[in-house]
Amino acid sequence: MFEKTQDQSPAKSRAGRAYLGRIGATGVALVLLVGVIAIAAAKGETHIPLGTVLQTIANHLWQAGYDVDPIDSGIIWNYRISRALVAAACGASLALSGAVLQALLRNSLADPYLLGISAGASTGAVSVAILGFGAGMVSLSLGAFLGALVAFGFVALLAIPAGRGPAAIILAGVAGSQLFNALTSFIVTKAATADEARGIMFWLLGNLSGVRWPDVYLALPVALGGLLVCLWHARSLDAFTFGVESAASLGVPVRRVYAVLIAVAAMMTAVMVSIVGSIGFVGLVIPHAARFFVGTRHGILLPVSALIGAVFLVLADVVSRIILDGQVLPIGVITALIGAPAFALILCHGRVLR
Amino acid sequence: MTLELRNVGWNAGFKKIISDVSLRVAPGEFLGLIGPNGSGKTSMMSVLAGIRAPSRGQAMLGDQPMKQIGRRNLARQIGFVEQQADTIDRITVREAVGLGRTPYLSLLTPWSEDDSEIVDQALGSVEMRDMADRMWHTLSGGEKQRVHIARALAQQPDFLLLDEPTNHLDIHHQLGLLELVRALPVTVVAALHDLNHAAMFCDRIAMMDRGKLIAVGTPEQILTSQNLRDVFGVAADIEIDDQGRCHIRYHVGTSGHTGIKKDRVA
Repeated sequence: MFEKTQDQSPAKSRAGRAYLGRIGATGVALVLLVGVIAIAAAKGETHIPLGTVLQTIANHLWQAGYDVDPIDSGIIWNYRISRALVAAACGASLALSGAVLQALLRNSLADPYLLGISAGASTGAVSVAILGFGAGMVSLSLGAFLGALVAFGFVALLAIPAGRGPAAIILAGVAGSQLFNALTSFIVTKAATADEARGIMFWLLGNLSGVRWPDVYLALPVALGGLLVCLWHARSLDAFTFGVESAASLGVPVRRVYAVLIAVAAMMTAVMVSIVGSIGFVGLVIPHAARFFVGTRHGILLPVSALIGAVFLVLADVVSRIILDGQVLPIGVITALIGAPAFALILCHGRVLR
Repeated sequence: MTLELRNVGWNAGFKKIISDVSLRVAPGEFLGLIGPNGSGKTSMMSVLAGIRAPSRGQAMLGDQPMKQIGRRNLARQIGFVEQQADTIDRITVREAVGLGRTPYLSLLTPWSEDDSEIVDQALGSVEMRDMADRMWHTLSGGEKQRVHIARALAQQPDFLLLDEPTNHLDIHHQLGLLELVRALPVTVVAALHDLNHAAMFCDRIAMMDRGKLIAVGTPEQILTSQNLRDVFGVAADIEIDDQGRCHIRYHVGTSGHTGIKKDRVA
């Protein structure tokens, strides 16, 4: 009745079809993403026609030789495309980290900043910007990154003796976040001028203004690498459906998966936060939105979360640039302002469907 | 293939939860594990399932120590159903049972028709095929428990380990579930609370008290008035019916908790 079967021939053709379907879906996703990025490059204080955007991209990617106004070309390529790519990488990474942490910790309120990363990053950032840590040798981003790692290390060290379980990690994260937020407030209150305080607040809410190509070269590989590692563990994440013990009884090496995936989520988040500041809401809510559309199996949930996160953040950045004339709003304000009502809609709708 | 514990102890932190347990599970049998609350049944089940490594002694599958076999290979031989595992994820019954195929799947061996076939069989053996497309959160307690068993069966295990599988079920579903499990072609180890159930369904019973395994034997050998008084602190008569089965009849007012009542009468 329960013999172990070896024959796999009909299985192969089915797997092959699933494989083709996956390639097709990936294609559609990429087209969607490129489309949104092209729109992001067209919109802004000066509106540039989409045609010009596409010509500029073609010129840069394969020397197509279209005749484009060099000023337009500069704005598109040096400012807007790089910015949109970083926004996409950041949105994808935050959404992925959120999805992974929610699955591992069995908690729908888990988000990438749970591990103390955004608190640590802001402490790092104010240490550099206000206390002058590193004497000019350390950039704001590097300071934020180091702060994030220190805070994550602190949380991890706290969680290990506390039992390593979901509850231990969540509580350690809360403790770590509170501590580093307090440090940030302490430094700001003690040493910052009004201007510095305002600058820091702007940074904390997320800011893509200073983003250029070198940031893309960092953000994109981190996001793609993170996506691959998470996808590699998609089945293990599924096995956590009924909790940690059940995952162990299904043959998942629980400790190793925890260590690898939490480290990857922390790295992705730390890198993104150090480039653009701590953009809230994406990591918490996008995975829930994705679950609403495609269900809870991680093989499909993870790529869809990443895609929705990327598209959402690129669009949020466009809105943040054009909603107020002559002023850029922090993107974190937009993600929450648009995201919260949208999420409320999904939530109520989902409730009705149940 | 046998499942065996050799002088196993397990600590939670510095506290000894079980110590010096030796037990050999024979192929094909239904072994019941009984004992009062906190006697270490659940800890012993998870050591037996290979989820917890013993602090002392060895847990063996066949003639190999479990730690050398590896999590994934263990999961192909031992299916484990915990007490009360629930989820807030919106998944279907079929997806939940499909999780049982996890130890067989990898990037190079993705989900196949065979896996679907095995999941179907597993659903059939717990009579849940009709409910395959229902959502998990719409199931009753008894249905959820059967889905958990189907998930464990989809692992195609030689051993099925159940930790208090009948908790929170009504009497009809308790008996139905145990009958169903008994009819399955696997070796079963089940921690049971109801001693009459243990008497009805088990080939052998292992009795635990304060972290130690104090006796193993047939139901008639283990379920004696003496043992029930010493281990569970209750007074009971044991009747053996004409088919050789024990039935336990408990006496009221002897459990030690009725002192107040007696005082009032006095």
